[in-house]
Amino acid sequence: MQKQAIFQSKLLPYVLVAPQLAIVLIFFYWPALQAVIQSFLLQDAFGLSTTFVWFDNYIELFKDPAYFESVVRTFFFSFAIAVLSLSFALLLAVMADKPLRGSMLYRTLLIWPYAVAPPVVGVLWIFMLHPSLGVLARYLRALGIDWNPLLDGDQAATLIILAAAWKQISYNFLFFLAGLQAIPKSVLEAAAIDGARPMRRFWTVTFPLLSPTIFFLLVVNIVYAFFDTFGIIDTMTRGGPGTSTVTLVYKVYSDGLLGGNLGSSAAQSVILMIMVIVLTGIQFRFVERKVTY
Amino acid sequence: MANVTLRNVRKTYPGGFEAIKGVNVDVGDGQFCVLVGPSGCGKSTLLRMVAGLETVTGGEIDIGGKVVNQVEPADRDIAMVFQNYALYPHMSVFNNMAYGLRNRGMKEAEIKSRVDEAARVLELTPMLERKPRQLSGGQRQRVAMGRAIVRQPKVFLFDEPLSNLDAKLRIAMRVEIRKLQRRLNTTSIYVTHDQLEAMTLADILVVMNGGQVEQVGNPLAIYEKPATTFVASFIGAPPMNLMATRPEEIRSQLAGSSAADAGILGIRPEDFVITDQTPDGGVALPLTVEAIERVGAETFVYGSRDQEQQRVAATPGELPPGEIIVRIPGTEAPAIGAKIRVAAVRSKLHLFSADGRTRLEA
Repeated sequence: MQKQAIFQSKLLPYVLVAPQLAIVLIFFYWPALQAVIQSFLLQDAFGLSTTFVWFDNYIELFKDPAYFESVVRTFFFSFAIAVLSLSFALLLAVMADKPLRGSMLYRTLLIWPYAVAPPVVGVLWIFMLHPSLGVLARYLRALGIDWNPLLDGDQAATLIILAAAWKQISYNFLFFLAGLQAIPKSVLEAAAIDGARPMRRFWTVTFPLLSPTIFFLLVVNIVYAFFDTFGIIDTMTRGGPGTSTVTLVYKVYSDGLLGGNLGSSAAQSVILMIMVIVLTGIQFRFVERKVTY
Repeated sequence: MANVTLRNVRKTYPGGFEAIKGVNVDVGDGQFCVLVGPSGCGKSTLLRMVAGLETVTGGEIDIGGKVVNQVEPADRDIAMVFQNYALYPHMSVFNNMAYGLRNRGMKEAEIKSRVDEAARVLELTPMLERKPRQLSGGQRQRVAMGRAIVRQPKVFLFDEPLSNLDAKLRIAMRVEIRKLQRRLNTTSIYVTHDQLEAMTLADILVVMNGGQVEQVGNPLAIYEKPATTFVASFIGAPPMNLMATRPEEIRSQLAGSSAADAGILGIRPEDFVITDQTPDGGVALPLTVEAIERVGAETFVYGSRDQEQQRVAATPGELPPGEIIVRIPGTEAPAIGAKIRVAAVRSKLHLFSADGRTRLEA
């Protein structure tokens, strides 16, 4: 059956979608187009003249070892954040799924961190782990660990990954809990009668049945780690020390707004845009169609 | 091969709700026991307790001479068929059946031969590689059965396994289950709310109500001699007619027997005959015909008794007070509004105490 609204006037449907179209065009397509155009231009240091340079910005970028470092770093961050937050969230969800007293309370408490904005997350973790202010940093040093993320790039990266993963745990937890509750109890009971011990039951029944949720969250977490960690990085390390926590998104910002290299920044944006399109494509293709087990 | 014995089994939920109030049942080796009762009577809870899926608050559950109250479901050597089948949706039919065997570390060759044999018996061989979602309801049901039989357990437990099937398939599967159980000769406990399933499947029928056992026994014996008015109205369709014996009309006819002080009189619809005679020692009732149901081989006549008399309803909401159902063979029936007289012989009368809890033998 065809679902079609009948309009008397030919114009009315266009008028009705116009506001939505205007928003999309002005706030999404126009800036995107600007970025694409900008990526083909080269401005002088004072912004007085602009030259059309074809793909020079991109060629420069691909020749730049710092850019490749940033690509590798971003993928590593994404992978680490996704694995860390997914596994912790799954562990918490499995625990919270048990019918215990006060389950409503601790389920609610576990969801709360999601309401914290990324920059605030950054500040919270700094209070804990800043080398001179941090509460936990003191104990780390007392344990003989030379903790100084302001100087040590690996430690700074660890800090970013921890903070970013922590923030995402709540979100993942919520989906995992819903996914766990969607598994019919009788299937797990059947597995118990079939002689599967709790661990085996989890890996052979629960985990495979959660796979659509896991895949969905994996994509969401990678997108999150790619783009939404900006606030955390900016408040915690500003990409430092050196460039050891500069991700692709942060590099767009630092090269363009701090470095003034608008052409390169725009080219990076365009590359990121393509990545988003690919990720969204994956999501539509596999997630929207539901992963079947 | 095992007996299942329940000794004074009790279940109280943390909230204080008493689901099972002391149940004693003894299921002999290879017997087919059916637990039947209205929803909420505790029959499923009792089955889940035997399976080990619910804890036991009191009493003992004994499988094959061993008290299993504290034994994990996996170690009770039972197999269960669930109402929604509970197949593993991500596994093929073969793997669904093989799962329990793999968990017990059986060799793949042995697993394959057992699964293939079960698939052959259940006519699932062409579907072994399919996933449960690619199967029809009846096929899923058979996979669930297959998963139970490959294990060759001591006891089969069935939790309303046919209630999700359509009427025709249900009857076919009912016969299949019975044949299979006879052939494997495995002790079985089967839960249902359908009294027809209960009557046809059971070696031993356990009628439950409100967490208690109302009657245990051979299905036909229960049908012929229900111990309480609850059993009388629950077993048999349409239900037994139950009426207070207070009305002088009936009391006078029963006079002279020990049954004269009975509280409730029950007569099955098929035990009535339309006649002007009053059989010796039996009862006769004048009725006005209110409705007729012709189902082909038989006809149900719904009549109201002329005097305003209360029908004792054992389970509420079944029939309006004063209504009597008469079952007559064929399609010949009196017209609606006709005044008729129905009678039942002495031996077909069921007499119960006024509270309906005790059967009185005439």
